[in-house]
Amino acid sequence: MQNTSSVIVVTELAKYYQVPTREAGLKAAFKSLFHRTYKTVKAVDHISFSIEPGEVVGFLGPNGAGKTTTLKMLSGLLYVTSGEARVLGYEPSRRSAKYLQQITLVMGNRQQLNWDLPALDSFELQRAIYDLPMADFKKTRDEFIDMLDLKDLVQKPVRNLSLGERMKMEIVGALLHRPKVLFLDEPTIGLDVTMQHRIRDFIAEYNRKYNATVLLTSHYMADVEALCRRVIVIHNGKLLFDGDLSNLVNRFSAFKTISITVDHFNPNLGNYGEIVSQDGNRVTLRVRKAETAQVTARILTDIQVDDLTVEDPPIEDIIEKVFSDKAVIGDIA
Amino acid sequence: MRRMLVFYLINMRQSILSQFQYRVANYFYMIGMIAEPVIYLVVWSTVANSLGGSVGGYTAGSFAAYYIVWTLVRNMNIVLTPYAWEWRIQQGQLTGELLRPIHPLHGDIAYFAGWKVVVIVLWLPLAAILSFIFKPVLNPSVIQVIVFFFAIWGAYLIRMTMLWLLGMIAFWTTRVGAIFQLFFALELIFSGRLVPMPLMPVWVQQIANFLPFQSTFFFPIDALIGQLTPLQLLQGLGIQVFWILLGLLAVKLIWRIGVRRFSSVGN
Repeated sequence: MQNTSSVIVVTELAKYYQVPTREAGLKAAFKSLFHRTYKTVKAVDHISFSIEPGEVVGFLGPNGAGKTTTLKMLSGLLYVTSGEARVLGYEPSRRSAKYLQQITLVMGNRQQLNWDLPALDSFELQRAIYDLPMADFKKTRDEFIDMLDLKDLVQKPVRNLSLGERMKMEIVGALLHRPKVLFLDEPTIGLDVTMQHRIRDFIAEYNRKYNATVLLTSHYMADVEALCRRVIVIHNGKLLFDGDLSNLVNRFSAFKTISITVDHFNPNLGNYGEIVSQDGNRVTLRVRKAETAQVTARILTDIQVDDLTVEDPPIEDIIEKVFSDKAVIGDIA
Repeated sequence: MRRMLVFYLINMRQSILSQFQYRVANYFYMIGMIAEPVIYLVVWSTVANSLGGSVGGYTAGSFAAYYIVWTLVRNMNIVLTPYAWEWRIQQGQLTGELLRPIHPLHGDIAYFAGWKVVVIVLWLPLAAILSFIFKPVLNPSVIQVIVFFFAIWGAYLIRMTMLWLLGMIAFWTTRVGAIFQLFFALELIFSGRLVPMPLMPVWVQQIANFLPFQSTFFFPIDALIGQLTPLQLLQGLGIQVFWILLGLLAVKLIWRIGVRRFSSVGN
């Protein structure tokens, strides 16, 4: 549902690429010198959505789904093939300075800080690029350095930092101008769990403090679960789902898991549901969602149970099911 | 305006700090680069001596002056090459630069200008050694020195815009290095890099008058060591300004078209 106050409005947005193709082999290579053939790749295929101020939205999809292409169109890096994108009222592809002052795009695999110098020097350059008043710049910089616990690292050359430390520095550099809209493309890729957690907390805090709008792609579902109430799922350039994460779980999870701790392993537990795993006296069963209450009651009646928990399956499994189950995709497309 | 000045100063400062970290590498690079003019110098000095002391009005001493100044001008001419353009696109560097509210050309001009400061500092002892060995003859006037100072920066800006134009071909094709080689051949002939322009055939000199190359090499050197009148010096600077403005205009037009083709795939 589009609202006049929406920060991001995407309408029938499409990006097609013309990609040269040829058969393998020398003969085909020679032939292609004179007669090139092209294939149209629909990276993004007429998607529409809107995002309100302060929302943190997870943008999910497998590799090649069109997530990064969409982020690049929204940040003005790519021209659209058709449709329209508006961010903060601006047409991103015009790349007006006023627009670029208000957004940022953080890509987990890309480095913008000067490799040879301490990050503090690169932050200075950011101050000049965004024409930040010195007092505001110092306040924001020091605040971010504190939040990410970087005080002892900002004076080291960037090349001497670990991957996680570098990523934190990149995020500070990308947010020094306090953008209103954050496009985050795999910001925690390759980082250990502690570092992922730290960056997630920082993003959540930034969103809360500055009411920033965030569109986040990540293959780590922990990022999405921690930050996003709403998710948009895209596959083969087409939008598959747009709504609350909890709705996605309800809609695509036909099963729940029941984890039981018992005194002695009982082989008859298989009668209550499919045994997914067994670790000592702890058994995990998979049961149909509709039968969960009934099965739980039967287990508690029939068996001496020390502990029992009922959970939705991991979000990774649900997302994987959305992408892989053609019937499901067909159902909602 | 103030913002741009701060941006240029900070960028230049970063460049100086970065390049001083690689001072030994920079020195080796410059020493390697000196091999080329020293060969030209030895060859032409020998020719001049065998022809009774001078060739085309250049004595061994004026050849020495020409090629020693050449080493500075050559270093001032180093800018972002098309190879670096390929790299900046492949590595996603351009993606980051496009997100900034400042045209990437400013960043390049500022960064390489900072590098020049390092180059000039490192060049001074090399020039002293070359002067000690080859005994250059030059007696520039104050106005010549002043014009030379502006001319080397003019040359820098002309070459920057020319190679930016070449580099932007990377928006259309993956490999621009081959085109750079062609450019390099033309530059060698028409710039004064190989030999002073008066020693080239007349037809080469006539064609060179319609091309920007000699404004990047021959004019700055000639401004310092030649016998140009104040009017000719001003004309030379005026021609440089013309090529700079034409280059910037062309960059603006090609950029507008090229950046639409930027696909930023995979980075």
